[in-house]
Amino acid sequence: MESVLEIQERQKNLSVVPAAVQSSLSNNFVPVSDNHKIVARDINAYFGKVQALRNVSLSIPENSVVAIIGPSGCGKSTFLRSINRMHEIIPGSRITGSLTLDRKDIYQMDAVMVRKRIGMVFQKPNPFPTMSIFDNVAAGLKMNGMRKKARLKEVVEKSLRQAALWDEVKDSLSKSGISLSGGQQQRLCIARTLAVSPEVILMDEPASALDPISTSKIEELIYELKKQYTIVIVTHNMQQAARVSDFTAFFYLGSLIEYDETKTMFTSPRLKRTEDYITGRFG
Amino acid sequence: MEITTKHLTYYRRKATNVIMLSFSFIAAIITIVPLFLVFYYTVKEGATYLNLDFFTKLPTPIGEPGGGMVNAIVGTLILIGIGGGIGIPVGMLSGIYLSEFGKNKFGALVRFLADVMSGIPSIVVGVVAYTLVVLPMKHFSALAGGVALAILMIPTITRTTEEMIKLVPHSYREAGLALGISKWKTSLFIVLKTAWKGIATGILLGLARAAGETAPLLFTALGNRFWSTNIFRPIASLTVFIYEYSKAPFKDWNEQAWTAALVLIMLISVLSLVFKFITRSKY
Ligand SMILES: Nc1ncnc2c1ncn2[C@@H]1O[C@H](COP(=O)(O)OP(=O)(O)O)[C@@H](O)[C@H]1O
Ligand SMILES: [Mg+2]
Repeated sequence: MESVLEIQERQKNLSVVPAAVQSSLSNNFVPVSDNHKIVARDINAYFGKVQALRNVSLSIPENSVVAIIGPSGCGKSTFLRSINRMHEIIPGSRITGSLTLDRKDIYQMDAVMVRKRIGMVFQKPNPFPTMSIFDNVAAGLKMNGMRKKARLKEVVEKSLRQAALWDEVKDSLSKSGISLSGGQQQRLCIARTLAVSPEVILMDEPASALDPISTSKIEELIYELKKQYTIVIVTHNMQQAARVSDFTAFFYLGSLIEYDETKTMFTSPRLKRTEDYITGRFG
Repeated sequence: MEITTKHLTYYRRKATNVIMLSFSFIAAIITIVPLFLVFYYTVKEGATYLNLDFFTKLPTPIGEPGGGMVNAIVGTLILIGIGGGIGIPVGMLSGIYLSEFGKNKFGALVRFLADVMSGIPSIVVGVVAYTLVVLPMKHFSALAGGVALAILMIPTITRTTEEMIKLVPHSYREAGLALGISKWKTSLFIVLKTAWKGIATGILLGLARAAGETAPLLFTALGNRFWSTNIFRPIASLTVFIYEYSKAPFKDWNEQAWTAALVLIMLISVLSLVFKFITRSKY
């Protein structure tokens, strides 16, 4: 639960957006457009008999950051995991509707191929415990047949630099991945994801298990990464959503309630329920 | 009044603590003493013949002093080799099968049979190997002995592999899949690699148990007083020598039986050290 202080802080932040900016955000935002990188239409997802997503339609513009917010259990993770076909690995799961990546049906592609193009970072940092830092980053490439040492080295360094971890680990690449701090581990997981050069990165509460300093590092990173990648991030932290994202989707009880530019969402949400959630009145 | 009650509780707790501690200490002693005695007597009785000859010479004909058991030492190693060569891959693969695809009736059946099999007396396993290998080949052989030992190892290795794989947190498997690594590569190179240390312990237990078996070898590998490394011929083993020499009416044979036991203990210790070395983790 968030403290009163945090809520006050957030409200202060919200009120500093100048009126001029607010009015300039006249809504020409299209929540579902075929021109976007990822398009989801009428997604219904189930765990056995439990329905976790109800008719969710939204699309994700290329090179943008989309934040997904909503109370626990509202289907944020399920939505994320239906994008890279991780939902289907859970026994008894089912999904209907259509999801496309660059206008190609994700569910017609090979799942392994989809996951190479759409990477994922999990809530709890999960570096492979029996692998070194280097091997953690190289894992995706190595296991898909890349053998050239020089090329692997190059990719590992580039990915670690992109994940803002290189300077901290460059002298200890052969150390265990789990010897790092939690925040470093999460950046290692981001580097590991970047190494297979995805186009889209899904992040499921990537900073919720981290301290404030590590969190701000991850946020800076997201800001850098969006120049090259399309990012979807689930977060419980309203300020984080406001800081890092271009667009915000609010989920509630498995449905998409409101989806708009982040500025609009946080200044003048259309629905009362969105406003209540954003200002911390419920959830 | 109150103070006295408090004191009473305090002293009672202290007393209970002391009593329980003593009980656990005594129990620990009871566990250690037989082990120590076994080791003490084996060393004491076996030391007489523990010399270079024992490791380099063949057994002498009845009545002739001296000689060694080099054929039995090599024979035991060959038998463990054949047993492990068959038992380890079969056991591990069925363990992998059970953990990955075993959530059905067939999996339950295999699991049940493995549990039953690990309780079957080893002499019965010997009869099975006799029927399967000795009868069709029409003579005793190292191969038949190895098959018997493999059958003994398989249930232990299967169940340990399954349990160890199940202990690997699901998040590592998800991380692998999300990197675009195929399901079988994730199982083999990430999940199995993470579980490997535990599995290796199971394999070692299986090998050590097999190395100490006599009954299943009596009518499979039979025994051999001469030098043989032919796996299609009867072969000597330390356990069978211990069995025969200890019931023989010759004092020097009885003493050599002790030496064989000592060498067997040493062999198993070396085996586990080698195993520990191979499977030591880098971190
Ligand atoms: N593995 C699962 N098995 C069954 N139900 C699940 C599973 N994972 C999630 N659910 C259910 O699906 C709904 C949505 O969950 P989730 O997408 O994880 O929510 P969020 O990420 O927004 O907290 C919840 O009601 C949850 O109980
Ligand atoms: Mg979640």
